[in-house]
Amino acid sequence: MLSVNGLRTRYGRIEVLHGIDLEVHSGEIVTLVGANGAGKTTLLRCLSGIQPVTEGTIHFRGDNITTAPSYARVKQGLVQAPEGRQIFTNLSVEENLRLGAYQYRDARVDKDLQEAFALFPILREKRNLPAGGLSGGQQQMLAIARALMGRPMCLLLDEPSLGLAPILVDQILETVKSLKELDVTVFVVEQNAFAALSIADRGYVMETGQILMAAPANDLLADDRVREAYLGV
Amino acid sequence: MSEFLQFVFSGLTVGAVYALVALGFTIIYNASSVVNFAQGEFVMLGGMATVFIFDAGVPIWGAAALAILLTATIGILLNKLAIEPARGASVVNLIIITIGASIFLRGLAQIVFDKQIHRFPAFSGDTPFNIAGATLLPQSIWVLFGAAAVFIGLYAFFTRTLMGKAVLATANNRLAARLVGINTNFIMALSFALSAAVGATAGVLVTPITLTSYDIGVMLALKGFAAAMLGGMGNPFGALVGGLLIGLIEATTAGYLSSDYKDAAAFIVILLTLFVMPQGLFGQKSMERV
Ligand SMILES: Nc1ncnc2c1ncn2[C@@H]1O[C@H](COP(=O)(O)OP(=O)(O)O)[C@@H](O)[C@H]1O
Ligand SMILES: [Mg+2]
Repeated sequence: MLSVNGLRTRYGRIEVLHGIDLEVHSGEIVTLVGANGAGKTTLLRCLSGIQPVTEGTIHFRGDNITTAPSYARVKQGLVQAPEGRQIFTNLSVEENLRLGAYQYRDARVDKDLQEAFALFPILREKRNLPAGGLSGGQQQMLAIARALMGRPMCLLLDEPSLGLAPILVDQILETVKSLKELDVTVFVVEQNAFAALSIADRGYVMETGQILMAAPANDLLADDRVREAYLGV
Repeated sequence: MSEFLQFVFSGLTVGAVYALVALGFTIIYNASSVVNFAQGEFVMLGGMATVFIFDAGVPIWGAAALAILLTATIGILLNKLAIEPARGASVVNLIIITIGASIFLRGLAQIVFDKQIHRFPAFSGDTPFNIAGATLLPQSIWVLFGAAAVFIGLYAFFTRTLMGKAVLATANNRLAARLVGINTNFIMALSFALSAAVGATAGVLVTPITLTSYDIGVMLALKGFAAAMLGGMGNPFGALVGGLLIGLIEATTAGYLSSDYKDAAAFIVILLTLFVMPQGLFGQKSMERV
C-alpha cells in the first residue's frame, strides 16, 4: 500500500532523514517508534507532501507520489492526523469535520459525519462549539475523526497519545485498533512505544534519521535493546 | 439640521467606499497576515478600466463587469508574481512588496490609461433627491446598497459555503488546511481575486461621484487602512463600521472645520487608535472572521 525507498530530506543544509526504507501493507497497523528529534514527524511531513523530498521515492497504491501536491495525496486516500492536533480552532467542531471531507460533496459526507459522532459521542455534543475550546483529549479525537472524514485508505497518525492522561491514551489507541474493521490501514508514529507497539502488527525503530530495526511488533516488545531504549524497562 | 443631514449623506457615501477598501484589506489579511497596500489601486483600476471600456462603446454594465474581472485577474497576478514567490518572508517584507506593487500599478495605469481625471455617467442620472432640506444623489444610493450587497454576499460566502470555510480554515491553520486536502495556493489566489474584485466594485460605484484618475489609490488605501484599524484589523464587521465612521468623521470635519483638515482626520484616527486601543473597536480575536 505504502512504500518508501531511500528517502532523504533536509531543513536548509542539514539533512535529517538519511535514506529511509519502509513498507506498510494493506490492512496492517504499523508503528514507528523513536526518541524525540529522531525525524518521525519529518517523515510524515514528507509522506503528506508538506516537506519536499531531496532523494528517494514514495509509492502509494502503485503510484509514485514523491512530488504530488498534498491535496492529491489526500484524494488518493493518504490522510494524516498531524502532531499537535492542528485543528481549526476558530471553526466549530462540525465545521472541522466537514472540512476533513473537503474534497467530497456527496451524500456520504453526512453519513461519515454520523459515523464520526458514533465513534466519538462527545464530538456530537460539542458539534456547534468552537473547536479551540475542546480539551486536549477531545481535540485529539477531533483530529482523528477529521482525518477519517477524508476517507483514508491509509491513515498517518503522529503521536496521537502526546499530552494525554493514561486512560485517554488507552481509549485513543483502542479506537485506532478498531479502525482495522473499517479497512483502514494505519501508520502510527509514537514516542509512547509500549502502548503503540502493543496494538501494532509490525514496527520500525528510528534513530537520528535512520531506520535501526524492522520487525513484528511482538518481537520489538521482547527485544532487549528496544526495551532498554524505548520502553524504560 | 439639514446641514448636518447633508454631512451624514456625504459621509456615509465615502464611508461605504472606505468600508469596501477595508473589507478588501480584511480578506487578504485574514488569509495571509499581509496588509496589502495595493488595495487602493484595485479601486482605481475598477474605475479607470470601466471608463476606458465604456468609452470604447461597451454598455456601462458590461464595462463594469469587465473592469471587475480584469482587476480580479490583476489581484491573482499580484499574488502569483509578488506574494507567492516571497513565501516565508517576514510580514514587514511582504508589506513592502505590496507597497512596491502599488507604485508599479500606478505607473502602469499612467501608461495604459492616462493622467487625466475621468468619470462615466451615473447609473440612474444626476437628479438629486431632496430629503429634509438635504440632497442625496441617486448614485449615493447605488454606493450604499452596492456596499451592503457586497458585504452580505461575502458574509454568505464565508459562513454558508464549504469553499468559504476553506478560506477561513487556511487563515486559521495553513498546515492543517493542506492536510485535509485544501489546495491552499488556490485559496490564496481566490482571496486576492475576491479582495481585488471588492476594491474594483467600490471604484465602479463611486467614480460617477468622486471621479477617478491613476493616483487616487494612495489616499483610498490610507483611509481604508484607517477604517480597518479603527474597526479592528481582520474583522469584517469592524471594516464596515470603521469605514462608515471614517467617512462621517471626514465629512463633519470638512463641513464644520474646513475641508483642508478632511484628510488629516483619517490620520488622527490611525494615531489615536494605535495609542488608545490598538485592537480597534471590535478587537482581533472575534469568531466572526471573514
Ligand atoms: N522546521 C524545522 N526546521 C529545522 N529543523 C527542524 C524543523 N523541524 C524539525 N527539525 C529538526 O529535524 C530533526 C527531526 O525532527 P522531527 O521530525 O520533529 O523529530 P520527531 O518527530 O521524531 O521528534 C530534529 O533534529 C529537529 O530539530
Ligand atoms: Mg514529532
